[in-house]
Amino acid sequence: MGIPEMGERRRLLKAVRLVDPAAGRDGTFDILIGGDRIARVGVDLPVDGAEVVELPAGVIVTPGLIDIHVHLREPGQEHKETIATGAAAAVAGGFTAVACMPNTTPVNDQAAVTQFILKRAAAARQARVYPIGAVSVGSNGEQLAEIGELRAAGCVALSDDGLPVATALLMRRAMEYASMFDLPIIDHCEDQSLKGQGVAHDGEVAGLLGLRGIPGAAESIMVERDISVAEMTGARYHVAHMSARQSLRAVRAGKARGVRVTCEVTPHHAVLNHEALAANGGYDTNCKMNPPLREEADRLAMIEGLRDGSVDAIATDHAPHHADEKALDFDQAPFGIVGLETAVPLCLDRLVHAGVIGLPRLVELLSVNPARILGVPGGTLAEGGPADLTLLAPGHQVTIDAARMVSKGRNTPFDGWSLTGAVAATVVGGRALFVGPAALGRPALWNEPDA
Amino acid sequence: MSTVTTLRHRHLLGIAELDPAEIELVLESAVAMKEVGTRPIKKVPTLRGRTIMNLFFESSTRTRMSFELAEKRLSADTLGMTTSGSSLSKGETLADTARTLEAMAPDMIVIRHHASGAAHHLARTCRASIINAGDGTHEHPTQALLDALTIRERKGRLAGLRVAIVGDLAHSRVLRSNALLLTKMGAEVIACGPATLVPPGLPRLGVRVTHAVDEAVEGADVVMMLRVQRERMEGLYLPSVREYFTLFGLTTRRLERAAPDAIVMHPGPMNRGVEIESAVADGPWSVILDQVANGVAVRMAVLYLLAEFRGEG
Amino acid sequence: MAIVMDADRMARSLARMAHEILERNRGLDDLALVGIRARGVPLAERIAAQLRALTGSEVPTGALDITLYRDDLMQHQVGPQPVIRRTEITFSIDGRLILLVDDVLYTGRTVRAALDALIDFGRPSAIQLLALVDRGHRELPIRADYVGKNLPTSRQQTVHVRLVEIDGRDEVEVEG
Repeated sequence: MGIPEMGERRRLLKAVRLVDPAAGRDGTFDILIGGDRIARVGVDLPVDGAEVVELPAGVIVTPGLIDIHVHLREPGQEHKETIATGAAAAVAGGFTAVACMPNTTPVNDQAAVTQFILKRAAAARQARVYPIGAVSVGSNGEQLAEIGELRAAGCVALSDDGLPVATALLMRRAMEYASMFDLPIIDHCEDQSLKGQGVAHDGEVAGLLGLRGIPGAAESIMVERDISVAEMTGARYHVAHMSARQSLRAVRAGKARGVRVTCEVTPHHAVLNHEALAANGGYDTNCKMNPPLREEADRLAMIEGLRDGSVDAIATDHAPHHADEKALDFDQAPFGIVGLETAVPLCLDRLVHAGVIGLPRLVELLSVNPARILGVPGGTLAEGGPADLTLLAPGHQVTIDAARMVSKGRNTPFDGWSLTGAVAATVVGGRALFVGPAALGRPALWNEPDA
Repeated sequence: MSTVTTLRHRHLLGIAELDPAEIELVLESAVAMKEVGTRPIKKVPTLRGRTIMNLFFESSTRTRMSFELAEKRLSADTLGMTTSGSSLSKGETLADTARTLEAMAPDMIVIRHHASGAAHHLARTCRASIINAGDGTHEHPTQALLDALTIRERKGRLAGLRVAIVGDLAHSRVLRSNALLLTKMGAEVIACGPATLVPPGLPRLGVRVTHAVDEAVEGADVVMMLRVQRERMEGLYLPSVREYFTLFGLTTRRLERAAPDAIVMHPGPMNRGVEIESAVADGPWSVILDQVANGVAVRMAVLYLLAEFRGEG
Repeated sequence: MAIVMDADRMARSLARMAHEILERNRGLDDLALVGIRARGVPLAERIAAQLRALTGSEVPTGALDITLYRDDLMQHQVGPQPVIRRTEITFSIDGRLILLVDDVLYTGRTVRAALDALIDFGRPSAIQLLALVDRGHRELPIRADYVGKNLPTSRQQTVHVRLVEIDGRDEVEVEG
C-alpha cells in the first residue's frame, strides 16, 4: 500500500515543514504522495521519477483540517448554501473534510437523505462530506430515527442540532441504541424553558440593549444532564458549540470520572464576547448566533480549555443565511454566522500568534481529534492513508472580505478584519483543490490535469 | 431420572424456587402425561373432585386454554375468570378478590397478572396452591418448563446445549424463566436484544448478552425468538418495524449460522415479519406447534405434582 | 427374611402359567398382554416369550401405568410419592381378551385402577388377571385367574419381587 503503482501520479513534497502531532512529527520532512494516498513520509526520500514540489518558505504542512460542525443547507434550503458551494468554501478555508448537520429540509433522518447528501458531495468533488444523522424522526424528540439504517447509509454521528435532544429519556434510549453502532451523540445543549424567546446572552449588554437573554446555565444544565446519561449508558457523547464556562466545568468533571465526553468550541466564541453586539451602533445580526456570544469570563474559560486540553476540537458551526434573512431586525433574524473561510486566520492570529496554543495543539483541535471523534480517516499523514493535507501560511497577512467568499452565505462579523495567518493550499486525495495567494503568487502549486 | 419424587413447595411461583431435581421430576411426569393426550378417552380421574380456579387478569388465549385443558384432562372442576366484568375492575384489590373466591374452597389457583409479584402476593394471602401463569415481566414458569420439554424431545438433553434468546429482553418473563431453568440444567444461554431493551442483571443469571444477532445465533442449538410488542416500535425503544427486522429479525439467512440441527422456538403469539420471517416460522427448524402441545402435558404434570404436595412449604 | 421363590421356581411357574393360558383360552387369536408397571411389564414380556415358544404366535404386549388412577393418591400416605411413568399400549384393545399381568396381588386396588384405565382405552371382550404372587388380604372382590404362587402373609410383612430386568436377579422374598 505504501509504494504507488506505476501510472499513478506521484508527487514528492521535498523538505517541507510538517506538523503531524499524532505521528510525533514536527520538523522538516519529505512527503511522497501516490495517486490519492500518502505513499511515504520520511527524510531524504528518493525522487524516483516523482514530480518534485517545493513549497515557499513559511508554508507549513499539516494533516487535512476537519470541521465537524457545519450546515450545508441542502436538501431544502439551497438559497443559503448548497453542498457544492459549502464543500468548496470548506477547501477555501483549508478544510479537507466537513461533517454536516441533519437539520435540512427534509431532516436527514433516513437513509434516502443521507445517500442524497453523499451523492451531491461526490459530484462536487471538493471537501469530503460526512453526514450526521438525526437522533429522532424530524428531530421532533418523539420517535427514534432509524439509526441502524443511517449508519449503514454512511452517517458518522447523530444529532438533533438546531434543537437539543428533547428529553433525558430520549437521550438515554438514543445513547443505548446508538452505542450498538458506536455512533457518538452530539447535542446542541440548551434548556428550552430557560432559553425562552432569548436572542442574546443574558448579561449586561443584552440588558442595556433591551434584548431578551439566554443564560449560560441554559447550556450547562443540559450538558450536565447529558453527561449523567452518558455515564449511565457508557455511550459516546459530544457537546456541540460549547460557550459557557459552567459547561466546561461539567465536561472536565465528567472526563475526570471516566465519562466518554468530548466537546468543541467555535472560533468566534474564543475571539468575541457579547460586547460585539453593542459595537458599531449595535444590533449587528452578524453577531447573532446560538449559543450567543457570552461574557469575557466565558470567552477566557474557552481559551483556557483550548490551552489545557479539556476542549477537544474547534468546529465552526458554519451557518450560512441569505442576506435578506439577516437583513431583519435583531429579534427576527435567524441565528448563525458562516465560519469555514474565517476559521484558519482567526485561529492562527488569535490563538497561535497570541501565544495561547502552539501549532501542534491547533492541529490536534482541527484535525486529530475531529477525526477520532467521528471515527473517520485523517488526523495524521499515514502511509496508505488518504492524501489530505492543509498547507498553512502562518505569516501571511489577510483581510477578511465577505464579498469574495466562496460560500453563498456572507454573514460574518469578521468582515474587514486584518489577521495574520492564511491557508496556502488545500489538498484532498492528492488533488490541490484550493491554492490561495499565500502560495506566494505561484499560478499552481503543482500541475493538476483535469482528472 | 429425577432424584426426588415430590416438589418441595406448595406453590409454583417461579423457576427461581425450583432445583434441578424438581425440574427433572416435572419433565419426566410431563412425558407420561403427554401420552394421555394420545388416547381415545383423553382423561384420567386423578384430580377428580379437586377445584381449580383460573384467574386471568391479562388476556391470553393459549395459556388459559392450555391450563383449562390440562385441568379437565385430570378430571378437576375448573372455573375461569377473565378481566372484563371482574370485580377487580370495580376497584377490589387482588388479594380481596382471591380471598373472596377462596371462600369457595378452591384447591388451586392459577393466576396471570400484569404486575410482577402478583403470584407471590397471593401465595402470602391464600391457602390454596398458587400457580403463576405469568406475572408482569417477572416469570412464566410453565412456559419455561414446556420449552425445556420441547428442547429435550428434539435434542435428547439440556446440558451443554447452546441456546440463543432474541428479542425484547427487558419486558420478557419468558426470558427470565428460561434463563433460570436452562442455566440450572447446565445449558449455555446467550441473550440478544437492542441496547434499549436489555435489563440489567442478566449476567447474574449466568447469561451472556450481545446486541449482534449473528453472534448469538452462531453455533446455537436452539434459537428462541421473543415477541416484540408493536407499542415498543415507533417510540423511544425502537425506531421502526423495518429497522428491527433488519437488525434483529430471524431470517433463513441468519439461521445458516446456527448449528446444523438447530431448532427455532417462539412462545407465541408471533409477529411475522417483525421478529421472525415466515419461512422460518413455517420451516423445518420450527418446533413452535410442539411447544403448544407440550404446554398441556407440562401443566398437567405441574397440577398433579402440586396436588400431591404433602409438606409445609 | 426368607426367599420363598428362587429363579428356577419362578421360571417353572411362568412356564406352567403359560400352559394354563393356552389351555383355558383355546388359542391365542384375540389375546393381548398388558403388564402393570413396574414389574408386571417384564413378567408380561416373559409370558409372551413363553407363548411364542409354545405356539409360534406373537402376542401383543403393552405396559400400563396406573398411578393416575389410584384411589389412594390424595390420602395422607407415608413414604415416597409414586412417580408416573408412560403407558404404552400401541394396539387397540376393543374386542380383545386382555390379560393383565402383575407381580403381587394384595389388596386388589392396583387391579381396580388398572381396570378403570383399560375401560378408558376401549372395550375388551374380557379381562383376565395373572399374578406371580397372591399374598391374600383382598379389600375388593377381585381374584386372579392365574397365580404363580399362593403366599399367605401377615399385614406386617412385605413381599419383595425381584426380576433380572430391573433388579439383576430373579427371586421373591418375604420380609418381616
